[in-house]
Amino acid sequence: MLSIACPWCGPRDETEFRFGVEAAVRRPLPDTADDRAWADYLFFRENRRGRQQELWCHGAGCGQWFLVDRDTVTHEIHGTSVLPGHPSAEGRRAGPAEAPAGHDAPAPSEAVLGGAGEAA
Amino acid sequence: MSHHSLRLPAGGTDLDRARPLSFTFAGRRLQGFAGDSLASALLASGQRVLARSFKYHRPRGLWGFGPEEPNTILDVRFADGRHDPNARATLVPLEDGMVVGTVHGWPSAQHDLYGFVDRLHPLIPAGFYYKTFMRPSWHLFEPRIRKMAGLGVVPDQSEKLQRAQRHAQVPLVVVGAGPAGLAAARAAALAGLEVMLVDDQPRPGGQLLTDPVAIDGQPGDAWAAAVIAELAAHPKVTLLPDTTALGIFDHGLLVLAERRRLPRGFAPERLWKVRAGQVILATGAIERPLVFPDNDRPGVMSAFAARSYLARHGVLAGRHPVVLTGNAAGRRTAELLAAAGAEPVIVDLRADSPPHPEFPTYAGAVVTAVHGRKGVTGVRVEPLSGGSATEIACDLVAVAGGWTPSLHLHMHAGGRLRFEETIDAFVPEGPAGAVRTVGAANGAFATADCLVQGHQAGLLAASADLALPAPVAEPEPAWTQAVWRKLDRPKARQWVDYQHDVTAKDIELAVQENFVSVEHLKRYTTLGMATDQGKTSNLNGLGLLAQRLDRPVAEVGTTTFRPPYTPFSLAGVAGSRLGSLLSPLRLLPAYREHQRQGAVFEDYGGWWRPACYPKGGEGRQAAIEREVLATRSGVALFDGSPLGKIELKGRDAGSFLDRLYYHRLSDLKPGRIRYVFLLTEHGKVYDDGVVARLAEDHFLLSPSSSHAAGVHAIVEEWRQTGWPELEVIATNVTTAWATYAVTGPKARRVVERLPLPVDLSAAALPHMGFCQTELAGVPLRIARVSFTGELSFELSVPAAYGPALYRRLEELGAPEGMVPLGSEALLVLRAEKGYVLVGRDTDGNTEPQDLGFTAPLRTKQHDFVGRRSLQRVASREAGRLELVGLRNTVPDEPIPTGAHMFIRDEAGNRKSRGYVTSAYRSPTLGRPIALAILADGRALQEQGAEVDLFHLDRTYRARVVSPVFYDPAGERLRG
Repeated sequence: MLSIACPWCGPRDETEFRFGVEAAVRRPLPDTADDRAWADYLFFRENRRGRQQELWCHGAGCGQWFLVDRDTVTHEIHGTSVLPGHPSAEGRRAGPAEAPAGHDAPAPSEAVLGGAGEAA
Repeated sequence: MSHHSLRLPAGGTDLDRARPLSFTFAGRRLQGFAGDSLASALLASGQRVLARSFKYHRPRGLWGFGPEEPNTILDVRFADGRHDPNARATLVPLEDGMVVGTVHGWPSAQHDLYGFVDRLHPLIPAGFYYKTFMRPSWHLFEPRIRKMAGLGVVPDQSEKLQRAQRHAQVPLVVVGAGPAGLAAARAAALAGLEVMLVDDQPRPGGQLLTDPVAIDGQPGDAWAAAVIAELAAHPKVTLLPDTTALGIFDHGLLVLAERRRLPRGFAPERLWKVRAGQVILATGAIERPLVFPDNDRPGVMSAFAARSYLARHGVLAGRHPVVLTGNAAGRRTAELLAAAGAEPVIVDLRADSPPHPEFPTYAGAVVTAVHGRKGVTGVRVEPLSGGSATEIACDLVAVAGGWTPSLHLHMHAGGRLRFEETIDAFVPEGPAGAVRTVGAANGAFATADCLVQGHQAGLLAASADLALPAPVAEPEPAWTQAVWRKLDRPKARQWVDYQHDVTAKDIELAVQENFVSVEHLKRYTTLGMATDQGKTSNLNGLGLLAQRLDRPVAEVGTTTFRPPYTPFSLAGVAGSRLGSLLSPLRLLPAYREHQRQGAVFEDYGGWWRPACYPKGGEGRQAAIEREVLATRSGVALFDGSPLGKIELKGRDAGSFLDRLYYHRLSDLKPGRIRYVFLLTEHGKVYDDGVVARLAEDHFLLSPSSSHAAGVHAIVEEWRQTGWPELEVIATNVTTAWATYAVTGPKARRVVERLPLPVDLSAAALPHMGFCQTELAGVPLRIARVSFTGELSFELSVPAAYGPALYRRLEELGAPEGMVPLGSEALLVLRAEKGYVLVGRDTDGNTEPQDLGFTAPLRTKQHDFVGRRSLQRVASREAGRLELVGLRNTVPDEPIPTGAHMFIRDEAGNRKSRGYVTSAYRSPTLGRPIALAILADGRALQEQGAEVDLFHLDRTYRARVVSPVFYDPAGERLRG
């Protein structure tokens, strides 16, 4: 049972958390994504053997989502941190959310915005 | 067969001879003392056959002293009523009045009619169930064979046992209170570190209790007692005797099973979960058997066990023992047994072993046969270099086969191993992270070395530079170990794994069939897979495999050790998470009002809700039908408090909801409600519900009761990780509000009697309208939504005021004959209107268009969760399951829920084309109704097609109709 350090609550047992997704996953622009790109987003994951960034949620605690740097083989957790762009004060300090290199879509917020407030 | 007592008149450091105890074994009344284990008392009684082996039903006796004991599993009933159906006799402290039985063999282990199975052994080697008993069918033989195997019978009744679990966080945990562990704990504690010391025996000392090597000038067991006294007085030390370390998990988590005897009703073990900063493993070593013909007979025992039963329980296991050995422990065993009055003979594998001055010694020899099926009567000894055999009469064969370090916890922690040739065993290769192994577990068998290793590890753990001297033990001769695999006699049956009845020939067979990897060997022969986890068999098995493959043991490797180290009770795992502590039922705020009304309660998604309110002795179905009719013709009161309520506030709340939900919500006017779907990114309907707009920047989401928490989690995930730049916050207020629906054509008459400052007419508050007001200074929210299809007002107040509002509504509704409405009747009412229950009338593939909702996909401009997936070809293909209604063609034959619509393919087989999701008897319509999702359902509905359905060997026929059976135009809603 892992011990995960929530950035707000401190080290807690794994059972208080929910694994979300590999942090590198980005939602493609739905308007331009072909079926392959959309299917990759829905169904395919890198499933890395080794160290990776992940999104976890402290569901049985503060309810916040944050980043975990974990080795999927040894389960060693190299660190946890606030998500850049997270709506908390710490998240705003950590800066805006950025798309990692290699993905043609920017952060999801821009992808789905496309004219907020216009009539249907 | 008479049994003479093996108990000596004096001696036995564990015993309290002033307290005799009596117990029953296999119907015989036997005696023991306080301090005996069940095993030592049975040994003392002279009972030799204590069990029958798992597969071959061979008579078996006691082999070992501790948790490694493979044979003696017994059924124990305690005087206070506790029952352990598969207790290991070596671990059970003797109690007065115990009734003990054997677990295998019929009618008993002493006289087992299945004993003949042993003669069939050529037919049932390892893996026989892949070869023999296959024709005509394995299933003919399987039940019989299963009946004949097995160790114990599960009790008929389960006890509701509980035990609170303990959690701790400790900088250092030391596992094992033998010389190494005691030295480590003492050094660390004196250096100022907080320490927890765990040991699986009630008394500390480990090996020292059997072989009290002198330490710091006193006998080892006295030294151990003194150290424990010192540690017990230390404020930073926690002692956990009689506690087994079951396993090490990630991030230094140790799970311990503490055995403290409590009265009936409490589980035998209490689980500890300890986060350790560092761990020192001083888990010792287990004595290995030697592999020779008939080495499993009752009376063949571990030499360490023979010495232990003598030293600690005053039991002399045999007056004429043969000590078979390959190391120095054999000599010591012979001397100790002789000092107690035995006449031992030594058989030493080592040819260069000098003869003992007092006892006959056969050097360079081995035992090649053991006589006495139900108890050793003699052995045959032959020189290894060839030559004539000697028959020796004896009543005990004490085997000193060498030590196997206990590496289990080290491996749990991910540690690596290396093979140490000099002791013919694996030892840890370095520490495993913060887990360090010392002492015999580390391959150091001299007490002096154990003390030094433990002491240094303790100081290291405390990062201390203390000039604290380690305890000093008297020197012992250097340890040499003869390497022995088996006798090279193919026809002989030489046992490797006692508990699973695995012989050296089975290993040979496995190699012949190319199961040469150690993992395959294990699984094919089941070597090491019994409840003793191969503690006495693993290394011998590996040695034989290596010999057969002509490779070094280091190359062959071991299988993986996994927790738990020993079996432990499920009750201990459960702790106190039983009943309502495991699955707490949530009570409605107006729970007592419903009780007063005579509600029958049931569990609906974790909420304890009224299913129906039977009146005047009526049955359940009658109550449901009455409530349905009352709602349709008059007015009813329904407790909808578990309905989800999530408040969403912020400048961007509208945009947020547009992106999240299928339907558009930013254009919803304040004071209006909309019925909406929430989809998954796969386009599947996750939940339906309503959303009310309270103000420009304030919405109230109302997911279904069962999805309240799930929808809140989804809202938070998108808010925090998907669109964090939107200014919006969400709060789950589901349990903060009590909600009651007044529903029926007379509903308005009832609600208007409340002194409210708002206009409740159809013009002022139309269907799907919402308003906030106050009742006697308490906030009151009114929503005109209906799940019954009748005129409805959902009234919500802060939960504390719920019961008061409920009672008030009851009073106001009485003149209209208002009845309480239960959940079962609600299910019928909604089905009559074709209102779906997501998860019941939908499956994991249902998309909004399958339910008839196509507009948002066509018209909504913004992207929303799931939209891209709805554009798949599969979402537009024919054959999708679509919601329809069914009308049975035969009037008295309602279609059951789960019945599948079918067509026949070319081969004449039935193929499912959808199924019935909800079916009820409708009192409103006077006939059965059913909702179903059928392939191309809407086309079938338009055609008015008749379809065939199949359920539990019966076929039915029905016409496909609209799912809205009642008031299709919805006029009654809009009153």
